[in-house]
Amino acid sequence: MQYLLLIHQGDTPTPDKPDEWARLSEDEQKAVYGDYQAVNQTPGVTPGLWLESPEMATTVRVQDGRTLTTDGPFVAVKEALGGYLVFEADNLDAAIELASRIPAARLGGAIEVRPIKQG
Amino acid sequence: MLDDVFREEWGRVLAGLIGSLGDFDLAEEAAQEAFAIAAERWPRDGTPANPRAWLMTTARNRAIDRIRRERTLAEKTRLLDVPEAVADDLDETVIRDERLELVFTCCHPALELDAQVALTLRTLGGLTTDEIARAFLVPEPTMAKRLVRAKRKIKAAGIPFRVPPAHLLPDRLAAVLAVVYLIFNEGYGGRGDLAAEAIRLGRALAELMPDEPEVHGLLALMLVNDARREARFSDGTVVLLRDQDRSRWDLDQIAEGRRALDRALALGGRGPYVLQAAIAGLHSEEPQDWPQLAALYGELARLTGSPVVELNQAAAMAEAGEVEQALGLVERIELDHYHYLHATRAELLRRLDRVDESRAAYDRALELVSSDAERRFLERRLTELTQGSEER
Repeated sequence: MQYLLLIHQGDTPTPDKPDEWARLSEDEQKAVYGDYQAVNQTPGVTPGLWLESPEMATTVRVQDGRTLTTDGPFVAVKEALGGYLVFEADNLDAAIELASRIPAARLGGAIEVRPIKQG
Repeated sequence: MLDDVFREEWGRVLAGLIGSLGDFDLAEEAAQEAFAIAAERWPRDGTPANPRAWLMTTARNRAIDRIRRERTLAEKTRLLDVPEAVADDLDETVIRDERLELVFTCCHPALELDAQVALTLRTLGGLTTDEIARAFLVPEPTMAKRLVRAKRKIKAAGIPFRVPPAHLLPDRLAAVLAVVYLIFNEGYGGRGDLAAEAIRLGRALAELMPDEPEVHGLLALMLVNDARREARFSDGTVVLLRDQDRSRWDLDQIAEGRRALDRALALGGRGPYVLQAAIAGLHSEEPQDWPQLAALYGELARLTGSPVVELNQAAAMAEAGEVEQALGLVERIELDHYHYLHATRAELLRRLDRVDESRAAYDRALELVSSDAERRFLERRLTELTQGSEER
């Protein structure tokens, strides 16, 4: 099975927001980097590309043939996608375990585990 | 008689089929066909020597026929790996009991709780969709949709058909037990067939996981509580334990519950179900051992952090004669909107002859109470309190 793990940062402090990021101790900051590295090096993981923060997004719609753009993500900034990775695993339990090791899951965000269609 | 065999065998046959076919829908359809053929043939030709093997073989052969007809499906099932062995009659010894794998799949936390319950009743319990819908008071199409969606998710999301590995087992077992207890409580509220079904599931789990104390604890809890069912209602209203007609208790079932509890305790069990079963067991003894009950409620409160359990602990302490200490505990519990807290506090104050404070607590309880029966009870206590103080 292949799973797409969607990382939603929620209230997670990230280096994109230096004020919030500074609230983590140096050890905690190191742990975040270390944990992401360990997740990305887990067998079966294809790391996703680095995304700019959701505030940098532009959302596009077409109405009556006209292209409309709005500043920001499709969902609320807090609910927006922060990153992703692809995981090839035997079953959902393995994907849930990997998701629980992603720092955002414990720091105020959440991981959505989406099966990728087979066949 | 045939119904009994069917109820006994459905879960095992279906579990075995899902295990070998790797597909819930295919397994369920094949099992249904096999049971239908049995219902037609067995009364006429006699029940086969090994009904389970017969059902399993027939169902698997049906499944293979179906796969041959729908070749694209075949590519997606594990059956391709075991092509010909299925033509022979299955020997009972080679039929692995895979009900445990099935129950852990049905109670996977990635499924909604309602779906876990429905799926467990459908697959292990062998209830029809319509029966489950009626038991939970939802329309049949709603329940059918819930089951279809759950089965689709198991397949699409890759929920494994297995007993979880050791590091996941405690959490996952708790989820399974919660589903069974939820089914029991649905039934305990009046629909006895569901309570009986939950006990059946509990017995099966105790057989499949003989070394897990909480499994025996849950079975014991259900058996003891269910044994008092007949005495629990009178003219449609709930009868409190202390007022129940004990001649209407099922003493054999209480004894069976005690044996299950003994087994759990012998395994070193001290989990929430074991403690609740021990409490239920003590409540069915006469006279009740209040100091021991207070200690058990205290242990359960520490384990669950439940203020309602603490309130029960205080009531047991008071019955054990520790009225002052009980009042101290009640006054530390943060449940200001719970009328039982104030009713309990009022009763304790009354016993300590603090009449004015007791009256105020009864007034507060009366402000919060919603059931008429409870209101009448509190009003009567308040009147008695006033009369009692006037006599002095």
